[in-house]
Amino acid sequence: MNKIVGKEYLSEKVVKFEIEAPLIAKSRKAGHFVIVRIGEKGERIPYTIVSSDPQKGTITLVVQNVGKSSGKFCELNVGDYVTDLVGPLGKATHIDNFGTVLCAGGGVGIAPILPIVEAMKKAGNQVIAILAARTKELIILENEIRQFADEVHIMTDDGSYGKKGLITEGVEEIIQSKKVDLCVTAGPTIMMKFVSELTKKYNIPTIASLNPIMVDGTGMCGACRVTVGGKIKFVCIDGPEFDAHQVNFDELIMRLHAYD
Amino acid sequence: MLSKEYLHAERNQPWREALRKTMKNKERTDLPRVKMPEQPPEIRIHNFQEVNLGLTPELALAESHRCLDCVNPTCIMGCPVEVNIPKFIKNIERGEILEAAKTLKETNTLPAVCGRVCPQERQCESHCFYVQKLKKEAVAIGHLERFAADYEHESGNISIPETASTNEIKIAVVGSGPAGLAFAGDMAKLGYEVTVFEALHELGGVLRYGIPEFRLPNKIVDTEIEVLKKMGVKFETNCIIGKTISQEDLKEFGYKGIFIGSGAGFPNFMNIPGENLIGVMSANEYLTRVNLMRAADPDSDTPVHRGKKVAVIGGGNTAMDAVRTARRLGAEKAMIVYRRSEEEMPARIEEVKHAKEEGIEFLTLHNPLRYEGDEKGHVRKMLLQRMRLGEPDASGRRRPIPIEGDTVWIEVDEVIVSIGVSPNPLIPSTFTGLEVTPYGTIVIDEETMQTGVDYIFAGGDIVRGGATVILAMGDGRKAAKGMDAWLKKTL
Ligand SMILES: Cc1cc2nc3c(=O)[nH]c(=O)nc-3n(C[C@H](O)[C@H](O)[C@H](O)COP(=O)(O)OP(=O)(O)OC[C@H]3O[C@@H](n4cnc5c(N)ncnc54)[C@H](O)[C@@H]3O)c2cc1C
Ligand SMILES: Cc1cc2nc3c(=O)[nH]c(=O)nc-3n(C[C@H](O)[C@H](O)[C@H](O)COP(=O)(O)OP(=O)(O)OC[C@H]3O[C@@H](n4cnc5c(N)ncnc54)[C@H](O)[C@@H]3O)c2cc1C
Ligand code: SF4
Ligand code: SF4
Ligand code: FES
Repeated sequence: MNKIVGKEYLSEKVVKFEIEAPLIAKSRKAGHFVIVRIGEKGERIPYTIVSSDPQKGTITLVVQNVGKSSGKFCELNVGDYVTDLVGPLGKATHIDNFGTVLCAGGGVGIAPILPIVEAMKKAGNQVIAILAARTKELIILENEIRQFADEVHIMTDDGSYGKKGLITEGVEEIIQSKKVDLCVTAGPTIMMKFVSELTKKYNIPTIASLNPIMVDGTGMCGACRVTVGGKIKFVCIDGPEFDAHQVNFDELIMRLHAYD
Repeated sequence: MLSKEYLHAERNQPWREALRKTMKNKERTDLPRVKMPEQPPEIRIHNFQEVNLGLTPELALAESHRCLDCVNPTCIMGCPVEVNIPKFIKNIERGEILEAAKTLKETNTLPAVCGRVCPQERQCESHCFYVQKLKKEAVAIGHLERFAADYEHESGNISIPETASTNEIKIAVVGSGPAGLAFAGDMAKLGYEVTVFEALHELGGVLRYGIPEFRLPNKIVDTEIEVLKKMGVKFETNCIIGKTISQEDLKEFGYKGIFIGSGAGFPNFMNIPGENLIGVMSANEYLTRVNLMRAADPDSDTPVHRGKKVAVIGGGNTAMDAVRTARRLGAEKAMIVYRRSEEEMPARIEEVKHAKEEGIEFLTLHNPLRYEGDEKGHVRKMLLQRMRLGEPDASGRRRPIPIEGDTVWIEVDEVIVSIGVSPNPLIPSTFTGLEVTPYGTIVIDEETMQTGVDYIFAGGDIVRGGATVILAMGDGRKAAKGMDAWLKKTL
């Protein structure tokens, strides 16, 4: 049981939670995620650790209400408990001084981008962030990202904030205007697929943070398997980040509909 | 090893002598083996309650008469933890069922579990005098073991093994499967302060997430764990050693010894085309959804596919559990697809028998080549290669050989891959200093279960690959002995 000590609505459907988890707060790194369970009948659902406060012993998760379990999660309030919380899971992001790193986050995918932006900046990179969403109020964590990124570009589908257009248009503009050494992308799978296709064209190494269906998150079930470079990988232990140019996104998109 | 002298001394107790005289051996050996009462197949395929109902006191008594209380009880040699089999059975015969249960617990931490899931026909029962010399059906040791253990559970008089006063030495256990539980129990008895860390949100390892309710009710596992809690063992769920807490953290927290019982929970796939289609999954995923996450329960948030035409690939206990679960979730056609013949199947004989009674089809000597799906990616059919048996291979089983050109397409809407598991890589990849075999198992000293890192011991599936509950427990007990001796020497 982990106590919720902070709750803030980032938009109507997106909630930021601060949750007590002292051991995880201490050991987690950028790229790690946790699995939570809400209620005795609850399922196990994965969430990226967006940030942590080792002194306070808390971690921050950003939850988008997209359905049953995330909906239950979003109903919880300060003082309530998360039934189960386990982590940190997955491999940490490979952080290095690459030069210029372009971080492209779409929708709630902006959440996993934040810790990467922070870690990449601290490792000495020039960090450019592109945040994209359908509309203005879905652009989350902008201020937090601005603390670390050298440049922040905003794109919305409807033009209500920043530039109007798709994230790929923004990515292409930057790639054409300066030398990008690494691209990191997180967001809806279809978005990552298009970003990946684009950067492949320009030969820019790209990392995608995948979000398949999971059960245990410890390598026990294989529900999270994806094909990367023709081989089966388990996202929960081999990922969640992979060389985007090797990922079979179409298969991942198909598998995300397993329980529709 | 139990010494001959000890066994004889116990056998020569007046009550055992008297009991032997109450019936002639010929009368005993003429008795037929009792039949386990079962739920009828047509009813049980609609529920998850236990198939075996347990022996009645009358049946248990009748069966206990069959045991000859042999001078040389060979049955014990077939049991990896050396349960004193004649002693517990004779206690049943004289009506001292609680004593029988106590006898079991002298060497077996989880008798209610083992009575249900041990492959007795390959262990204790295969070594019984009846099989060895009389060519008759063995004494039903497993059924009797379950009877005595259940009797104790139901009596509310569960004996809590005595524990020595605490020596304040902290010991960490990684994993709450049978290996970890057996180790924890023995160390608690010796006075150690034991904490078991479990990655999942519930305790029991495979006993919880793998073996279904109709074969091993969760209640049984809970009761056994309660006993350990009463003995002072602490449990931490949702804690992954190597991730939440590192090897160094454990040292820093003052743990003087670590036992690794992290199991073999990594599912293998065949790497054939179509294996990532929707509806194709590992047996671990399927069983975890149903057992750990209770997906069959309508108010559970966890979904599970309820296929109508389900193929399970494999012939072990896991495959039988998966296919029988599929039947209970409404499969009209539930099939086992196995590349060898029935004779080579590693599953317990009872599970195969129960599966057949439940209408499971057995496609032996068939091996999947590929799966094909519909436009949405749902699996719809599988291509099977027909096989024949060749010469015996390294395992002594006859090798399956494809019959060139002999293939068949079969319609399916769900496929469960159950071709074995590999050792869980988490500990070997996050701990330093452990030696690991090419198969991913941790290397240990077979006498003591000590690894190359002196304060770390290991046992169960993480050192054996996939094995059995009782072997895992035997390892846990051996490791407890080994670690105790090592600590006494070094501290
Ligand atoms: C490594 C990782 C990190 C993630 N980080 C975040 C994050 O920081 N913030 C965030 O909002 N979301 C994140 N997600 C996605 C989040 O886990 C899903 O949105 C959530 O599980 C959906 O559950 P639901 O029951 O509310 O949705 P529903 O649409 O009601 O779910 C339908 C069914 O899909 C299944 N499902 C399981 N996992 C997923 C999944 N990953 N995506 C879609 N369906 C799934 C469930 O079994 C569920 O029953 C992450 C996913 C992964 C794998
Ligand atoms: C479906 C199925 C049916 C079976 N049927 C039978 C049967 O009928 N008879 C029989 O004798 N055997 C059977 N077996 C085999 C038997 O269950 C195993 O051999 C036995 O459970 C192994 O015990 P273990 O303690 O080594 O590991 P497990 O039971 O696998 O337990 C390991 C535990 O460790 C936890 N863990 C792993 N890594 C970590 C970590 N880093 N930190 C914390 N916790 C961790 C896991 O979550 C798990 O709970 C069956 C197996 C399966 C899968
Ligand atoms: S523990 Fe298993 S092998 Fe040993 S006597 Fe009991 S049923 Fe037989
Ligand atoms: S070998 Fe068979 S008959 Fe003899 S003591 Fe063991 S169980 Fe009884
Ligand atoms: S979620 Fe089960 S193996 Fe990754």
